Amino acid sequence: MEEHFHQHISRQFNQELEDLRKDVMTMGGLAEQMIADAITALIEGESARAEQVIENDHQVNQMEKQIDQQCIQILARRQPTASDLRLVMAIIKTVNDLERVGDEAEQIAKMAIRLVSRDRPRGNYRELETMGAHVRAMIRDALNGFARLEPEVAIALKRQDQKVDSEYEAILRQYYSYLVEEPRNTSRILDSIWVARSLERIGDHAKNIGEYIVYMVEGKDIRRASAEEIEQSLGESD
Amino acid sequence: MVTVNQNAGLDANRPRLNLNHEAIALETNDLNLYYGQTHALKSISMQIPSQRVTAFIGPSGCGKSTLLRCFNRMNDLVDSCRIEGEVKIDGDDIYKPSIDVPELRRKVGMVFQKPNPFPKSIYDNVAYGLRLQGIRSKRTLDEVVERSLKRAALWDEVKDRLDDNAFGLSGGQQQRLVIARAIAIEPEVILLDEPCSALDPISTAKVEELIIDLKESYTIVIVTHNMQQAARVSDFTAYMYLGELIEYDDTAKLFTNPSEKATEDYITGRYG
Repeated sequence: MEEHFHQHISRQFNQELEDLRKDVMTMGGLAEQMIADAITALIEGESARAEQVIENDHQVNQMEKQIDQQCIQILARRQPTASDLRLVMAIIKTVNDLERVGDEAEQIAKMAIRLVSRDRPRGNYRELETMGAHVRAMIRDALNGFARLEPEVAIALKRQDQKVDSEYEAILRQYYSYLVEEPRNTSRILDSIWVARSLERIGDHAKNIGEYIVYMVEGKDIRRASAEEIEQSLGESD
Repeated sequence: MVTVNQNAGLDANRPRLNLNHEAIALETNDLNLYYGQTHALKSISMQIPSQRVTAFIGPSGCGKSTLLRCFNRMNDLVDSCRIEGEVKIDGDDIYKPSIDVPELRRKVGMVFQKPNPFPKSIYDNVAYGLRLQGIRSKRTLDEVVERSLKRAALWDEVKDRLDDNAFGLSGGQQQRLVIARAIAIEPEVILLDEPCSALDPISTAKVEELIIDLKESYTIVIVTHNMQQAARVSDFTAYMYLGELIEYDDTAKLFTNPSEKATEDYITGRYG
């Protein structure tokens, strides 16, 4: 299927689509690295690393604008149809989600900077580290699925997102009890809740990207379908 | 090269376009057409809904114009042409011996790629078909000419020079004049064979606007090389290749998510 986008009579068009796909991967890679760095900055108490994440967010924002511009050019000049149109549409939506992932990573980095000066909690944010690793893996899976044009990744992402949502709820319950038990750490705990909230949202964005991959490859709009419904819908096309 | 089932156009196993909610104007059943030894249309079975725009697309030589010409028996004019199967209009087989061909062509009007007004005044062009029918009343003719030119979105541009020669009109105006001439005799179906390929983008947009207006009253079938045009104006699109009907579906579906790889390759400009 990947060669599919190299088979136009217009070699220029092949090149444009190829560049576009590469740029999305680069942007996604950067966003994924930002999540990793933001979590490391939090765990290790590294302000410099967190500053770097905030810096990188500008680059992600720039890339969103640049990729949107490329998509607009293709729509205006090539009038793509069928799978080409779905690719461009999926990319426009994917970069929007990746930009938001960047914003969430930036948000985590800001919290990390505020938390550097405060006492570390007993577990040293272990639960956030675990959740962070999960959502980072989701973004990576989504990008791999995008590069390989594998719609099945959407099912796995949907299920992982449900797990991340449960993880988030468990963390919230834990933090609410800390708020009662440790009133003097209130602001640290509130900041930690913000971090968990951002991670939960990153999971949502990865799940969304999975949905766009299904649309791109199969032409099916599976937004808000359950994992089982997605599975069934993908089975039908075989 | 994509392999295409050589025996049948639309495979029985392929999902068929559901036209249950449409009145059917035109229908072909197992239609085969030969030019001498050349098998130009292969087992075409399709239904064309009434008061909708149906577009035929496909590469040169795929048979789309040939199929269009079957609907008003224009292919009769080609000596070596032989037809098997059925073509029906409102359920009537138009190839049966008892059919009145001039009457058929009154019911099924046609507009060609190159505008072909007669070397007469604008008025006489539009009135031509009616006079042929023996209508002489000046009042009736005036009424029909005005109504037809209005429907063809040309009235405002020509109302003050109806006696001028039609050749003085621009290409786009000539094409709308020809459409006015076609609708003056109240056809049921209008066949358009590449009606905009000789027109500039503004004239093309006007004709496309007109096509969409006209489907309120007529069944429109259009052959076009311009896929975006098919995407813009049609409700249903048929993709043909080497004399076969490869895919026939809702235009919205065919241009965003075609079922057949051959269709996808063609509309996205890939090597077939």
